[in-house]
This record gives sequence, C-alpha cells and structure tokens, in this order.
Amino acid sequence: MPDEGQTPQRPPIRDSVADGVHTSRRHDSAEKHVAGTARYVDDLPEPPGTLHCALGLATVARGRVRAADLSAVRAAPGVVAVLTAADVPGEADVGPVFHDEPIFAVLGDGAGGPVHFHGQPLFVVAAATRRQARAAARLARIDYEEAAPVLTIEDAMAAGALHDAPYRMARGDVGAALAAAPHRLEGRIAIGGQEHFYLEGQVALAIPGEDGDMHVHSSNQHPSECQQVVARVLGVAHHAVTVEVRRIGGGFGGKETQGNLPAAAAALVARATGRPAKLCFDRDADMIVTGKRHDFRIDYEVGFDGEGRLLAMRVAQHARCGWSRDLSHAICDRAMFHADNAYYLPAVEIESHRWRTNTASNTAFRGFGGPQGMLGMERVIDHVAAHLGRDPLALRRLNAYDPPGGARTVTPYHMVVEDSVIGELLDELAERSGYAARRTEIAEWNAGSALVKRGIALTPVKFGISFTMTHLNQAGALVHIYQDGSVMLNHGGIEMGQGLYTKVAQVAASALGVDLADVRITATRTDKVPNTSATAASSGSDLNGAAVQAACDTLKARLTGWAAEAWGVPAEAVAFLPGRVSVGGEEIAFADFVARAYRARVSLSATGFYATPEIGWDRAAGRGRPFYYFACGAAVTEAAVDTLTGESRLLRADILQDVGRSLNPALDLGQIEGGYVQGAGWLTTEELVWDGAGRLRTHAPSTYKIPTAGDWPAMDIRLWEKGMNRALTIRRSKAVGEPPLMLGISAFLALSDAVAAADGAGYPALDAPATPERLLAAIARRRA
Amino acid sequence: MSAIRFVLNGRAEAVEGVAPSTMLLEWLRGSGLTGSKEGCAEGDCGACTVGLRSLSADGTLETHPACACILPLPALHGREVVTVEHLTRDGTLHPVQAAMAEGHGSQCGFCTPGFVMSLWCAAEAGLATERRAVADQLAGNLCRCTGYGPILDAAVAAGSRPARAGDAADRAAAPGRIAALNAGALDYAADARRAIVPESLDALAEAAAAHPEATIVSGATDVGLWITKEGFDPAVMIFTHRVAALRAVERREGWLHLGAGLSYAAALPVLEAEWPELGRLMRRIGGAQVRGAGTIGGNVANGSPIGDMAPALIALGARLCLRHGATEREIALEDFFIDYGRQDRAPGEIVTGLRVPLGMPLSAHKVSKRFDQDITAVLGCFSIRLEGAGLEGAGLEGARVAEARLAYGGMAGVPKRAGAAEAALTGAPWSGETVAAAMEAMAADFTPLSDMRASAWYRLTVAQNLLLRHFLESGQVTGPTRLDRLAPLAEAGL
Repeated sequence: MPDEGQTPQRPPIRDSVADGVHTSRRHDSAEKHVAGTARYVDDLPEPPGTLHCALGLATVARGRVRAADLSAVRAAPGVVAVLTAADVPGEADVGPVFHDEPIFAVLGDGAGGPVHFHGQPLFVVAAATRRQARAAARLARIDYEEAAPVLTIEDAMAAGALHDAPYRMARGDVGAALAAAPHRLEGRIAIGGQEHFYLEGQVALAIPGEDGDMHVHSSNQHPSECQQVVARVLGVAHHAVTVEVRRIGGGFGGKETQGNLPAAAAALVARATGRPAKLCFDRDADMIVTGKRHDFRIDYEVGFDGEGRLLAMRVAQHARCGWSRDLSHAICDRAMFHADNAYYLPAVEIESHRWRTNTASNTAFRGFGGPQGMLGMERVIDHVAAHLGRDPLALRRLNAYDPPGGARTVTPYHMVVEDSVIGELLDELAERSGYAARRTEIAEWNAGSALVKRGIALTPVKFGISFTMTHLNQAGALVHIYQDGSVMLNHGGIEMGQGLYTKVAQVAASALGVDLADVRITATRTDKVPNTSATAASSGSDLNGAAVQAACDTLKARLTGWAAEAWGVPAEAVAFLPGRVSVGGEEIAFADFVARAYRARVSLSATGFYATPEIGWDRAAGRGRPFYYFACGAAVTEAAVDTLTGESRLLRADILQDVGRSLNPALDLGQIEGGYVQGAGWLTTEELVWDGAGRLRTHAPSTYKIPTAGDWPAMDIRLWEKGMNRALTIRRSKAVGEPPLMLGISAFLALSDAVAAADGAGYPALDAPATPERLLAAIARRRA
Repeated sequence: MSAIRFVLNGRAEAVEGVAPSTMLLEWLRGSGLTGSKEGCAEGDCGACTVGLRSLSADGTLETHPACACILPLPALHGREVVTVEHLTRDGTLHPVQAAMAEGHGSQCGFCTPGFVMSLWCAAEAGLATERRAVADQLAGNLCRCTGYGPILDAAVAAGSRPARAGDAADRAAAPGRIAALNAGALDYAADARRAIVPESLDALAEAAAAHPEATIVSGATDVGLWITKEGFDPAVMIFTHRVAALRAVERREGWLHLGAGLSYAAALPVLEAEWPELGRLMRRIGGAQVRGAGTIGGNVANGSPIGDMAPALIALGARLCLRHGATEREIALEDFFIDYGRQDRAPGEIVTGLRVPLGMPLSAHKVSKRFDQDITAVLGCFSIRLEGAGLEGAGLEGARVAEARLAYGGMAGVPKRAGAAEAALTGAPWSGETVAAAMEAMAADFTPLSDMRASAWYRLTVAQNLLLRHFLESGQVTGPTRLDRLAPLAEAGL
C-alpha cells in the first residue's frame, strides 16, 4: 500500500482483545445502575409541555357499559384531554397477533360495548401532572349492565368458553399402551399463575413530530410490534412511528405485548393534543390491567412398569388465558412441547384447552408455557416413584432421553432429540451434590425431628430453543466503524437486565478484533434495525449475536477485499488480529487500517441478518423440528416444612447448567441464579388471588410476595464444563434466559418430599404454589 | 417557621409552596434527582430508598434507610436526606457501589439504587455484614432479577473494603449541618393544607387538641399509603418526629415505659433484652425502612387487626398511655381496640406511650406467606406462667398453669385474646391433654376471615397449632420446632 505521508506506527502485539467473548465482563451499565444514572423511560428529561396520562378502568368483570359520564373527569383540575375508543383515528385495537383486544371498551350512551375483565381500560385522561391525571381517572361515572363473570378454568369449562379449538399432539397408540401397562395412575395438579413484578412498571413517552411522525420511548421487549400497534391505532404507516428502548427495568415476558397499550394510549394523547404525553402505570394498575403467567390445570393418566419405566402417558392441559388471545396459542403450544420435559414416552397424547375467562389476558412469562408443561411431567414422575416406593431420581435417570445415537430420542412432536445430555447432567449433579448420602441423612434426621421435616428433589430441565412460530427466528443488526476505529453497534434486541448488550458487544469486539471498550452500544430503535422479533424465547444473544457477527463478517470481507487489492496480496494474507490487521505480513493498527479504508472510499457500515437454520414446524400435522437445539440443566433443592403451620424454607440448591461455550460466564450465572429463584417463587410464595367478583386481591407487593433476600437458599451454581452446543450457534453458546426458571421445580418437589416425611399416608398431591396453607392442607389430607 | 427545612445531599433546603402531602420521592424526581425509583408507592419494594439522618435527644447522629415514596415532606423537617446521587464522589464509587458493580449485583438495575442506599445506611450505622444480618437489612428491598446471591455477596465483600476518603468527614459534619438548619417547630401551609411539626410533648398535645380532625403522623408507614393508594388528602397533619419525649425509655418500679414515638428499630434492642422472642418478631416487621420509620405507638394507635406489636404487648399485660390536652389517662392495651377500625381514642387525643410489666414470659409466633417483610396471617403471642412442682424438670411434669394470656393477631377485627382457651389452661396441669382442650376451646374464641392471606380454616388451625407448638417447646418434643432455627443448616450447607 502506498504510504500517504504518515509515519506508520507498529501496533502492539496482543493475543486477545480486552473483554471479548467467553470472558466474564460485567454488565455494561453496572456502574450506572449503582450510581443511579442509568436512565429508564420515566427518568428521561420531559420535553416542555409534557402531559401526564392515566387510564380509567372498568370496575366490573363482565357486562356492558350502559352509560358513561366523563364530565367530572373532564372538569377535574389540570385535565387537558379525555380520549375514548371513539377518538381513535385508526383501528381501536392493540391485539398483538389477533385483533381481539380493543384498546378501550366502547363507551357511549345506550350503545356501550362489552366489558371483559375488572380493570379493562375505558379511557385515557391527560393532565398537567401525574397526580392530577390519576385523581381525575377515578371520577368517571359508569353505569354497567353486569353479567356473572367466568373466572376460573372450571367456570370456563361449564360455560364452554374456549378461545380456540383444542389442539392435540400424539405419538403411538396411547390407549392400547395404557391398557397394556402393568401399572397405571391418574392424577391432577393445579398450577397457579405468576405476576411478572418487573420493578419498573409499564411506561411510555410519546413525542409527536413533523408530518404525523411519532417517537415513542417505551419500556418494551418488542419495539417492532409496538411500532406496528401504535401505527395501527394512529392510522399511519409503520414508517411514521419510531419506537426506542435503551433499557427496561425488568421484563420477563411481561413487556412482550403488554407495553403496547400504554404506548398506543400515550401516542393517542400526543396525536390529539400535539404535546408529548407520558403514561406510567402505578403498581396497582400495572398488576390489575396486565396479563400474567397462565394458571393451568393438568390432568394425567400414566402407564408404567414395575421398575418405573414410563410406557404411556395421556395429558390434558387446561390453561386460563383470560379475556383475549394475546399470545396464548403459542404459550399453550409450548406447554405441550414441554409436556415430556426430559423423558422419552413410547406412547403419548397431549391435549390442550385454551379457556377464555373474564380476567386479565394472560401473557408471556419466562418459560412461555414450558414451566407449566414441565411441572406436569415432573409431577407424574414423582407420583409414579411414590407409588412404586422408589427414589424419583432413579426414575428420572431411567426415563431420560438417550444421548445422541440412542433409540429413545423421539419427542411427542416427532422431533429427534439430537443433543440430550440429560443423563450425564443428572449423574454429575447427583454426585457433586452428594444426593444419595443426603437423602439418607435427611431420612435419619426426620426420624428424630417431630415437627420440622426436610425433603430433597433433583429435577432436570430440557428446554427447546427457537420461537415455535418459525418466522420469528430472524434478527438484524447495524454496525458502523468510524475513522478512529471506534465501533457503534445496534441490533433489535432489548437490554432488560440479562446483559444482552454486553454479550452482543463482546461478539462484535471479538469479531472485529477490537477491545470491548471500543464498541459503543446504542439504544434499540425501529428506525435503525427494522422488523425485529421480540427479545423473548431465550433467543436474544443467539439471534442478535449472530446478526451482529454477520454484519462484522460483511465488513471484514469488504475490508479484506480492499486491502488485498491495495496491497497487492491474496485475500488469505489479510488477517484481523487483536487490535490490528495483518496484510501480507505488515501489521497495521485497526484504527489506522480503517482510516485508510475510509480514504480509499470503502464503506465502513454494514447491516447483518440472521435466520435460524434447519427449523420448521407443521402445526397441522403436529410434526417437525420446532427447535434448533435444547438447553439442559438440573437442580437439586433441599427444603424444610413446619408441619404445624405449613411454613417452609429452602435450605440449599445445587445447579448444573449447560450453557454451551458461554459468551459471558458471569452473566450466565446471573441468569441461572435469578431464574431459579424466580421459579421457586412462582411455586412457593407467589400467589394470585381473585375474589368472586373477579377483582384481583393481590395487586401490590404488600399482598403479592416475591422472594426476598432472606429466601435465598445456600446456592452452588456451576456451568457444565463439557458444555458445547452441537448446533452452530454464535460461538457455540447456548441460550440461558428461560431454562433456569424451571430448575425451581426442584424446590416444589423437595417441599412435597418433606410433606411426605410427615405422619400419614398417600401421595401429597400438592398444588402450586406451595403456600403455607397448601402445605398444611396436604399434611392434613395425608393424616385424615 | 414557614418552610420545611432539611439537608439534601449536604445542602440546606427550605421548601415552600408544595402540598404537605407531597412525598419525598415525587419531589426528588420532580427536582431532577431521578436515581431513586418508584416501584410500588407503598414502601414495600425499596426502589426509592434514601438515607435519613436525624439527631437523637443527646445529639448523636442516627442513620436509617427510608422509603421516599411514602415519606411526606414535613417528616423531613430538621433531618438530612441522602440520595443515591450523593454517593458517587468525584467520580469514585462508594465501597457498597463498587462491590455491587464488580460483583454482578445488578441486572436490570432498577432496584439497584435502593439496594445501594440500604447498604450505605447499614454501613453508616456500622451494622454487621455477615449474610444473615445483611438479609435482614435488605428485607425491604425487592429484586426480581438476580436471585439475591450476588447482592448478598457484594454486601459481605463491601464490609471488608477500605472506607473511602471523605466519608467519615461527611458523617462527622452531618450533625453540624442539621443543627445549622435551626429547624425549630413548624407550622406549614400550602395548597390549602396544613402541617404542624411541634417540638415538645406539650405542644403536640395542644396542637392535637386544637385540631381534633388532624391526622397524627409518626413514621408515615401507614398514613403514607392512605395518601398514595387511597387518595387520602388530610387537611391537617401533625408530625411527631421532633418530640424527643416520645422516644424515652425508662425502667421504673417493675415496669418498662416506652415512648410512643420509638421506632421499631429503636425499641427492638430494648424489648429484645427483656423478651428475646419479641426481638425475633420485630425483626420481621416490614423491612429496615419500615422499622426505621414506623413507631410502636403508631402501630397501636392505627388499630390494625394485624399489627404485630399489639398481640405481643397485650399478652404481656401492657398498658397504654393517652393524653388529651393536659389530661392524661391510662388503660389496658387490649381495651383500646373496640372493634375493627374503632379505638378508644377521643378526637384530639394522642397516644403518648406504653407501659409493660417486667418479668412476664413471652413466646411469639408469626406466620405469614413469606418469612420476611410480610403482613401477618396469624400471630400468636403467649405469656403463660407455670407454678407448682416440676418446674425444674425438663418435661415440666407436675407443673400447673398459674396464669395464661394468649393474644392473637389476624384472627378477628382487632388484636384479641383467646379467652376460652385461656380459661381451659388456667389452673390445669401443663399437659398435652390440657393443651388439646384449650385448642378445642379456641374454636369458640375466633371466627376468622378468609382473605388473600389465608382462609378461615388455615387461620384457626394454625392459631391452635401455635399453642401446641408453644407447649411442645417446653421440652416435649425432639428436634427443632421452628424453621428459622434451621438457618445454620443452610449456612453450613456449602
């Protein structure tokens, strides 16, 4: 390359970039988090004239609006606008997939629309201050024609209230196999829902622009869909709406679709008034209005031999979906996909019923139906083990899917499990945690303890990775290199605490050969990377990491081509090394290299795109390969129960998780620990209670109890050393967002084991969550 | 004085023209200090935690975490507030911040400022940094991401980091800053609402008598919620926090005298020294923020059927001191609670203190859905005095019940004694048969409600079983009788 008059500096030789992939770099915002300087939507400086909004909510669970008088709302101090469904310029619906979710119930004298749940939004009021808006929202006088609400799964069954026709997956002749089985059991488990309890509630700030444009800051896991919904409601093209998300204060699935209504309502106000508008739910409204994890009832019938080998299983999954469809179809499908958890079933039939109720529309929540399906399976194993008087772990080991090449590898949906490491994980964890010796020790201890009983359980997780809606498995990225060698990175993924931005930046750093500090992560925006999928299904780093890698590969290929030509060397003689580029043996600092490329008029910006290969699912046939691979793990939990009160404590948890070759071990450990505790919370203290009128009684942390620091059991978490993704994922890592939540199932079954250690007879048949009351009732049942 | 005077992050503030029911969090965020977050607006999640410094009667500095979301501005009069924005000095993180950042103690980061402030307060107060102690300090901070392990680790690690230069000097200068406020008494009016902050008990009693419609505010851990959650908009609030006489502790003629304005945190060591089980119970009231702000007098005066102090104090035979203007009176605490939402307190009358007889035994049993920081489903507090032969024996064989006081929370519209069960015990031998008879009699004492915390069946069954547990704990059973005593197992587990 001809010298351009500068003295070239020999770049330092280094073996690796700083903080690249496979290193435990801390969260990119950690310092800002602890300093209080990380900004969330409600922390952004408000543009002048910003209005504050609040929603008016229905106070009956089912019925029709007979008459609505909003005059007091309009007359309240500070109120600037009150908007109803009649004021929507576009389509007055915020449903994410099906348009069955009116943004507001229709008001209007004598011609009001139906009310579907207690807390359904009726109107939005905008005022000068938040306090004024919230106070005004309470002043509506609505006259309802009430009807008896359909609240529970049993209510819905009685009313025949289904969202969709039942869906079925099957393999083998389950009827014949059940009839022929030496042993048979039937049972049922009721599984409660779960409130996301992200610490940052739903919030959106809509800022009107020129030409009908709308810029929306939303706490949202799915900005592209939020953009589409806002555009739909405003009646404008997608290109008129930009949604921006720098970070969210927790999501867990609760901001996959549920952030769209607040965004659309704020945008409506901004459009109608021409002023910026912010809608920030208070905690109670958030818990009352937004959907939760689906509660389930699972009925099972299982046939097995004397050793505990499963021969046939028939399962009916009943899900309470709430008033609209939201994502329930996909969630209920995933519950079915995980009805086998980690076990081979020679003959199996899974039937799913999606019940429509007059409650908030249940939605995505970490695991997306998988946890309920999996708990059903683990319950079956536990029940069979109790029936045969065998250690449940022995049955788990016996029934686990075979490792690659084995005969017992076909799932109920006819996909071959090519990467089962379940047996190995179970063995290794049992060994490391001293499971067998501890079980003996616990039995001895229980014999000497009259009131408090301890229990233990070891359960595996096999979680399918990919959106089961195949088309969602795509991602885009945008990478700019500037003339000083610094890199700006953008992609469609959302930073919700999991460290996605950090991981993806590590991918870019390692790909380009620059230090992590040279990579700037920017807010996710629909005008930078379009048509993105939700950050969900544990797919964040798989999809966005691969898209960023693709963009970096494009840039490197372009730069390689230019350098080969400019230096007159073959392309193979151009290599990107840490901090430098080698061209035909000459080493040039990365910054100098790209500066020269710029002057040679080479584009330093590229998009990247990724579509997960090999997957495909034929829902009508119930066959296919919905998942690219499986992420597996196992946990053993020890717990204690007070037999006089049903109070319980988790004492210890040991976890082994296969994360493949971890992109960032520290962040993965954080996901595992947080997921486990969240899963344990779901199955122990987190109880949602509705009254007979359909009002949620647990709508604040004073009544809805997520785990606290004192609930943390002594934990030992290891990433599986042999972890290596057989699938060609980004740097051979594995997804880790959702799978660990289901490790919490071991806590539930450890409690069941402790109940079984108290005096009495019969299987505890515990329902979830295992609150003190349910545990005491189970103890009482066994004594009766 | 017409302005609310307090120190904010080292600088004196004088607030005027802001409605007295404005919460500190709203005011801070409106002033651009957005580090403190709103997670629940009811003092349960801790995302809004700030440090609150006050001077005690003898001039020493006290530091407590507080939930800014339910702290009305007048409650700050004469105090110092420290927010997360004040912790980073000259670009250097405080040791608790550094430990949290390096130890992966944050994920989404929304709760993090609150955790940092709780840990900062604990560090300022010189509290222990071993795991169980830290879990107590953090019981009022919810995190939904981390599972808490990295936060607990960070808190422990922060304890062994060297102090940062300048922090001791800042602490040493705090009393001077507070004194320089010359806060004095306050009669504040804004937005057609009034807040009175008296400095003496006489002034307080006078103000209350003069404004019988006023709401008396001590820690605001209950009144704060009425305002943020129920739209309560009091015309007059009278704040007690500057009345030193309400924080007095005295032992006199076999009685313990406690000022009504003692916070749980301040009363805890005093009561724990006499009744260890009461200390265990109090440690589970709210989180550190609530225990630092809430007062034992306020807990009683509000008449909650599930307030945790009343059953314990009733079981002990405590008496309640009230004052109306210059007129003082004293009643048995249990007589204060007339019915749900009704107490024997005249308009304009204030609760000034409690008197507790020394020497009575107490066992306390709190049952809630979650162990820490949860409102009680059933609380059983027992003061049972045995007599006769057998008191020395391990199994108490031959002992008889001389006196039994069984007081419960969560079982009725008021904290209530189990009279029939007490009658079945009194004079009877201390035996399984007697206790079984008392448990059966208890069914006539209570008709509990079913609600989101527990069903009537559960409440009654547990109320009975708690008495059984108390009996079994008198040497009648092998093995542990309570889960919290298993904690060492968890800590030794790995």
